[in-house]
Amino acid sequence: MKARVFVTLKPGVLDPQGRAIHHALEGLGFAGIESVRAGKLIELELAEGASDADVEAMCKKLLANTVIENFRIERH
Amino acid sequence: MNAAVIVFPGSNCDRDLAVAIREVSGRAPTMVWHGESELPAGLDLIAIPGGFSYGDYLRSGAMAARSRVMRAVVEAAGKGVPVLGVCNGFQVLTEAGLLPGALMRNAGLSFVCRPVGLKVENNQSIFTNGYAAGADITLPVAHHDGNYQADAETLERIEGDGRVALRYTGEVNGSANGIAGLFNPSGNVLGMMPHPERALEKAHGNQDGRRLFEGLLEAVA
Repeated sequence: MKARVFVTLKPGVLDPQGRAIHHALEGLGFAGIESVRAGKLIELELAEGASDADVEAMCKKLLANTVIENFRIERH
Repeated sequence: MNAAVIVFPGSNCDRDLAVAIREVSGRAPTMVWHGESELPAGLDLIAIPGGFSYGDYLRSGAMAARSRVMRAVVEAAGKGVPVLGVCNGFQVLTEAGLLPGALMRNAGLSFVCRPVGLKVENNQSIFTNGYAAGADITLPVAHHDGNYQADAETLERIEGDGRVALRYTGEVNGSANGIAGLFNPSGNVLGMMPHPERALEKAHGNQDGRRLFEGLLEAVA
């Protein structure tokens, strides 16, 4: 069983890395980019029986800093 | 002064901090490894050093904040034991929930390593009583993630409560309100990005950090 955790900066939180990526893409000649936000993807390989609540607790306790980040869990 | 310096894998200012404490107080601190579950008894100060604990994996300070020793540090802080976090130590304190907000990647993306101008915003604390109110001092910074951010409500609260200890006098890393150092509500926890232990002895060329340790010694003695 797998879970994928997407950690993204909350809207409104300044993302200097996203902005640098944006500038680099424009430097390569890519036009039409409104904005870029960078985040993290964390893949968990879980034993049978791990509940959604377990994964959510992992996100809140460690994987995301909920002061500045949101998280989204995908189960497969 | 009975002090402890917490050491994580990847800490690199632990010895500097220990030398500073010994130099000023005349007593070497106990070095406490991150896997310990108990701290020495009767501590006057817990110091969390700079560096790159756990390789800055996930987020700066995130792993260290969840290490075994930090449970004891959080408990001690709750009982009023003074806790000083410098640089990575500040990041650990925010990740551990002892201080609000977060330290993000510097706004300019560069690692900033230079002396910076600071204003002592609040000298009514065990950490800053050695400075005059509003004193302009210079301390070195060396960090990649020193951009202090918190939501508007939190910023208003910490400003209103006088919890900003130190503020940058110029632009350094994009920090909200130029915050360089922050107290917890009861004033026994201070997190700061600048390094007072690197401005202590004559050979450092700047001794502005010395009064922090001297003031602390006087306050806890």
